[in-house]
Amino acid sequence: MNADNRKGELAELKGQLRQLAGSRAPGVEDLKRELYKKVISYLTVGIDVSSLFSEMVMCSATSDLVLKKMCYLYVGNYARGYPELALLTINFLQKDCQDDDPMIRGLALRSLCSLRVKNLVEYLVGPLQRGLKDSNGYVRSVAAIGVLKLYHIAPSSCTDNDFPVTLKALLLHDSDPQVVANCLCSLLEILSIEGNVSEAALREKESLLHRNVILSLLNRFKEFSEWAQCLVLEVVSKYVPEDAQETHDMMDVLDDRLQHANSAVVLATIKVFLHLTMSMADVHQKVYERIKAPLLTLVSSGSAEQSYAVLSHLHLLVMRAPMLFASDYKHFYCRYSDPSYVKKLKLEMLTAVANESNTYEIVTELSEYAANVDVAIARESIRAVGKIALQQYDVNAIVDRLLQFLEMEKDYVTAETLVLVKDLLRKYPQWSHDCIAVVGNVSSKSVTEPKAKAALVWMLGEYAYDMSDAPYVLEGFVQSWAEEDFAEVRLELLTAVAKCFFKRPPETVQILGAALSFGFADANQDVHDRALLYYRLLQHSVEVAERVINPPKQAVSVFAGDQSSEIKDRIFDEFNSLAVVYRQPSYMFLDKDQRSPFAFSEDTGSSIIGPQSPGREDLPSDIDARDNDLLLSAHEKEDSRAVSNGSHGYSSSKFHTLQEFTDSAFAPRSPSPTQPIRNARATPLPPAAVSSTAASPLLAVDDLLGLGPSASAEPFPPLKLNPKPVLDPASFKRKWGQLTVALTLEYTFPAQAMVGLTGPQPLVRHMQTNSVQCMASGNAPLKFFFFAQLADAPANTGFFLVELVVTTSSGLASAKIKADDSSLAPAFADSLQSALSKFGSL
Amino acid sequence: MDGVNYLHVKVGGLLFVATTRVNLSPALVLELLQRIARVTKDYLGILNEDSLRKNFVLVYELLDEMIDFGYPQTTSTEALKSFVFNEPVVIDAARLPSLGPAALFIQGSKRVPGTSVTKSVVANEPGGRKREEVFVDIIEKISVTFNAAGYILTSEIDGTIQMKSYLSGNPEIRVALNEDLSIGRNEYGGGFGGGVGMVILDDCNFHESVRLDDFETDHYLTLVPPDGEFPVMNYRMTQEFKPPFKVFPVIEEAGPFKAEIVLKVRADFPATVTANTVVLRVPLPKTTSRVSFEMEPGAVGQSTDFKEANKTIEWSCRKIVGGSEHTLRAKLTLTQERNANIKKEAGPISMSFTIPMFNASRLAVRYLQVVKKSKSYNPYRWVRYVTHSNSYVIRT
Repeated sequence: MNADNRKGELAELKGQLRQLAGSRAPGVEDLKRELYKKVISYLTVGIDVSSLFSEMVMCSATSDLVLKKMCYLYVGNYARGYPELALLTINFLQKDCQDDDPMIRGLALRSLCSLRVKNLVEYLVGPLQRGLKDSNGYVRSVAAIGVLKLYHIAPSSCTDNDFPVTLKALLLHDSDPQVVANCLCSLLEILSIEGNVSEAALREKESLLHRNVILSLLNRFKEFSEWAQCLVLEVVSKYVPEDAQETHDMMDVLDDRLQHANSAVVLATIKVFLHLTMSMADVHQKVYERIKAPLLTLVSSGSAEQSYAVLSHLHLLVMRAPMLFASDYKHFYCRYSDPSYVKKLKLEMLTAVANESNTYEIVTELSEYAANVDVAIARESIRAVGKIALQQYDVNAIVDRLLQFLEMEKDYVTAETLVLVKDLLRKYPQWSHDCIAVVGNVSSKSVTEPKAKAALVWMLGEYAYDMSDAPYVLEGFVQSWAEEDFAEVRLELLTAVAKCFFKRPPETVQILGAALSFGFADANQDVHDRALLYYRLLQHSVEVAERVINPPKQAVSVFAGDQSSEIKDRIFDEFNSLAVVYRQPSYMFLDKDQRSPFAFSEDTGSSIIGPQSPGREDLPSDIDARDNDLLLSAHEKEDSRAVSNGSHGYSSSKFHTLQEFTDSAFAPRSPSPTQPIRNARATPLPPAAVSSTAASPLLAVDDLLGLGPSASAEPFPPLKLNPKPVLDPASFKRKWGQLTVALTLEYTFPAQAMVGLTGPQPLVRHMQTNSVQCMASGNAPLKFFFFAQLADAPANTGFFLVELVVTTSSGLASAKIKADDSSLAPAFADSLQSALSKFGSL
Repeated sequence: MDGVNYLHVKVGGLLFVATTRVNLSPALVLELLQRIARVTKDYLGILNEDSLRKNFVLVYELLDEMIDFGYPQTTSTEALKSFVFNEPVVIDAARLPSLGPAALFIQGSKRVPGTSVTKSVVANEPGGRKREEVFVDIIEKISVTFNAAGYILTSEIDGTIQMKSYLSGNPEIRVALNEDLSIGRNEYGGGFGGGVGMVILDDCNFHESVRLDDFETDHYLTLVPPDGEFPVMNYRMTQEFKPPFKVFPVIEEAGPFKAEIVLKVRADFPATVTANTVVLRVPLPKTTSRVSFEMEPGAVGQSTDFKEANKTIEWSCRKIVGGSEHTLRAKLTLTQERNANIKKEAGPISMSFTIPMFNASRLAVRYLQVVKKSKSYNPYRWVRYVTHSNSYVIRT
């Protein structure tokens, strides 16, 4: 449809509407209906029909309900953009609010509240007040939501007219369950927003959790619609019952909800159960038993999307209590028809529930998946087998299976398996003979993936004694050095050749020489440095080199977990929410300013309006150094990841902190540190020490050991902070993501300070007077994101970011500090601590 | 994305999407979307792009009543009736090729709930007299995994009793289930002690409107059905049952570049029942270049296809009568010398089918009683059974 054509049609519609407006002829309503329908379908497909506004309103003087509804829809759509036109409609909407038909009253009230035009608020209050007292439940429930709409347009006129109080009264006494439900959600939303600014509202919100409210809600629970039930359950889950008896009573009332067909109701009920029984270990466990079957049923009924949502929750529970689900492992077998995201979850659960009694069957099943057409799933299942092997003591059968995988001669299967065999050997060196025999048969040419190659190379180096042709295979690799695209493999190769050299010197010495000279010429900094390091170590003393590069190893008993238990607990607290599906606590995926329970600090609000976007080119030159620093530390990360095959057990954050100390200790930076962490792990030297001291190791080590502690103990000159720093939330988020924790700090508030700390606001204000701004804060637990900036730092640099969590019961505050320039972090920590100590003493 | 979370469900080729900025329950949103889709379908009769396009106004009206300011309000078709006034523009089902019975079956096997087995009368027949009808469908999706030796590794039945009621005045309905039904395996010592003839469900859940007062003793569900389509009961069962099909694959080597696969399918259900749209899929070794098929003589309604892209053969039979046996011979030509274990490279075989008027669990509706208001009131009552394959895998 071209523009002219459309204009013509609109004009025609306009004319027709005008004609009909005054007409009273029979059948005119039908004609109007047709026209209205046309207008609305235009509106839906995105054509601007706002030019018809006045005609539409003129025609709306009708008693026909269908017409009215269409008209309301139209008005609701355009009112916001055309406030002056919206005024035209107020009159008839207000009149309709007093119609005899409750349906029309409700409709009109809803449309009135949906206009979203600020200057019409005055016309809203009256009808709303009447609506809340209406004799008809439909109108009251519309009005209850209307109050919330009003609050979003004009918060003050909502609270000034005591609407929350009215809502609360209705909440307890109204006869219509839908009204009660709507009151509840309006109140919750209003009070939680209001609660961030006013203490009274916060207390008001807590009073919603009072026993009377909860009991009155529960008593009429069955009357609510399923959606309202979800809402009520969500509220109930925050309630703490007075005694065990009450808990049991509540659970009795809610027990049959577990049989509900609506997964939302079931999950909400489960949340209540889990939270209620948190402190009663034995009942808590029974709850798990109780909810198992309903959850499994939900997973298999419903659409794929729904079952995924439920499965994610099941996954969370399985991860928390794998033993309880051990006998249900068959339910987690993948089905042919499952989408791959479901299969992936199931594989993880299978891994988790594996125990001594079911391992054999699970691994048999998983082995079947390894031949799966879906390569991603096949890989996952091999990894799952490996993980199970790492968990169990009886790995005999599993190792056999893994070795069978190697015989399948599928590239990706071989690749995944090699990585796993390597991990297994690190944990169970006693299996080396069996494994090595098979691994030795793997043709090095069939392995193409870098990870697998690195694993193979590692094994060649590590078990050079057992594999007769190890040096020659390595030689092959070294000769094709130039074709090896991945630094990860080349690094591993250097180390392996060196290790091989210590074990079988005569056969390897030439290869080592070749590898080192390739290494020197390598374009990759890390490879180059590692070659150099080895060379100098060897030059210094072969024994020392061996001690560094090839120390006797202990079997790794625990591999670093992928998620901290703190995060898992947090997700568990947010059971039945998106957090579970994303497997992230909500603060990680929600917009800071949109998070409902978290307030955006008003005072920084003004500074956010102009988010500056510094172009890369106009960064002052002194930043480059820092940028470099950042880049380098990114390098180190990469490095530690590259070798991390061998060093999962090693805490990389510790490494970084140490690294930062050396940075400040040695003014001219030595070339990027590339020491093999894996090997250094077992040596007594602190890893960072080796790294930056290629020139004269021993001296520097002494130096550092002397310097390290004293550096941190030194008092820092007080930092000058910018009193009005500017940082928009997005940059904050980005920085927070990029930087590593430079320092952590613990501080205990004295009791008198805690008295003043009932909400986040007092501390936010206090910190502001100390040039530390709040980005976001939250209640329960008290949590803050602060930031500060160096006084003379150019835009977007010199920032310090702080996450502060305060435990209200003990007054213990723990802070994580991240900084653009981490060398200044200790100094900042000092000023932060002194600022905190002043709190409450004012 | 930008702090906004997008959730969607796919129903009948349409996406229903919701957005949110808060951390709410995903199950709630998805259930709600699913419900919206179902209510819309109840109103429009058919849910597709065309019917939505023609009924914008009605859909707006429905959405308006179902959700207010992001909070769900009423979502029962029946309650909405009093608020919704637009009449649906009915799309003629016959004109739409995609909605033939076969398509519906396919939808069903994609686990779309709310797909009744066959198309029935549209909710609000404009002008016309309403027919007093109630449909009860027992839909089962079965998952079976056979191991290479032909034994059942795992089996599970996920069933739903769906009801679609067009009864005026919302009378009470009684649905009586098997006498020998029991729920929960533990009561009977792992589920096998309860006698061979028992139908034992592992677990089930019920719709809101169902009253279970007499369920424990007499095994019937009493309910006042809301209008439209809804699941009365979902159940899950892992009790052993006789799988409807047995497949005997034989993979033979016939020279260095050749292999032969023989598939034999036996229908293990009564001859009165016929399975529809049976499809077997066999993944072949990656090196397969050509396949020639040999069907049994006199095969009707069968077709075979070799999908070059993912190296799979598809053997579809329009109909398989209970008790019959069918065989397919496929000769493969390989580009490379085959590996020692060709069996590992071919398979697992998956199978999909639909068997109307058959249910593997033997759960049955003994009778369906509409509590009568008057003598002359005798609505049509339909009870239908159907079994879909969910995941029917035969390992080689």
